[in-house]
Amino acid sequence: MAVDQSWYLVLGALLFTIGAGGLLIRRNPLVMFMCVELMLNAVNLTFVTFSRILNDVAGQVVVFFVLVVAAAEVVVGLGIIVAILRRRPTATADDVSMLRG
Amino acid sequence: MIVDTVVFVVAALVILIGAVGVVFSRNPVHSALMLVMTLFGVAVLFVAEDAHFLAAVQVIVYAGAIVVLFLFVIMLLGVDTAENLATEPLGGQRPAAGVVAVASVGLLALLAVRAVEVSTGAQSVTAPLDGGQSNVAVLAEALFTDYVFAFEVTSVLLVIAVVGAVVMARRPRSQSSSDPTEPESDDDQPTTEPTDGLGVERHTETESELA
Repeated sequence: MAVDQSWYLVLGALLFTIGAGGLLIRRNPLVMFMCVELMLNAVNLTFVTFSRILNDVAGQVVVFFVLVVAAAEVVVGLGIIVAILRRRPTATADDVSMLRG
Repeated sequence: MIVDTVVFVVAALVILIGAVGVVFSRNPVHSALMLVMTLFGVAVLFVAEDAHFLAAVQVIVYAGAIVVLFLFVIMLLGVDTAENLATEPLGGQRPAAGVVAVASVGLLALLAVRAVEVSTGAQSVTAPLDGGQSNVAVLAEALFTDYVFAFEVTSVLLVIAVVGAVVMARRPRSQSSSDPTEPESDDDQPTTEPTDGLGVERHTETESELA
């Protein structure tokens, strides 16, 4: 049985929802961030699959930019998490509920 | 054909097990390692779809830099204590998340299968994938001609991210404990900070210095 292209898309959908569900369930900021990375990977997989279906390299170019932006986002997000957790090492996402910190 | 199927099934299993491991691991370090597993599975699928450059970049950047950053933060801050997964701050959130997840998977899978059927195959809007050249050459051609402006803007974005991270995470100048020169007018000014493993200086908030 040859691999149908829609299997990749279904796998991307599954990965995305697992990441989204994890983002909703977990409260540790680092693990929530990792769930965001899961969602980004699902989107990357979907883009590459569509790039192959439509025989267009633009999908892979988009994945390239998504990778760059994800790296920048992780850098900044981890900077924020470091700044928060340095003061309160046991902080969860619920504790950072006011801008006052 | 059979090899393709086996590769896909194995990679899909690796990805899904890693993803579930990320979500349901109590220890953040375990979550990070499961994330590496997922990223390698995705890289394998990239190779299976003839996106060789992206597979290499995925391994180098995602698994090799981003996850290492995560582990650095976890280890430096010492926050690898297990989280209490049992408590639920918002009542009914877990069942609601489960329902939303199942509904989303169904909806997205439906859309995905339908999308493959109705793909009009608007071929080669920018460049055909198999232009006879290698994947890297085709990708480079598109990136440096059609998308060169976005490429330059992402370089600016990276510089911004680095400057932002340095500003946010730097340790401010240590002040003598008997003479707090900064006024206590800023709201987010911590008073004392127990040792955080990296030094014994008492430090104030960086915003007060930037203001």
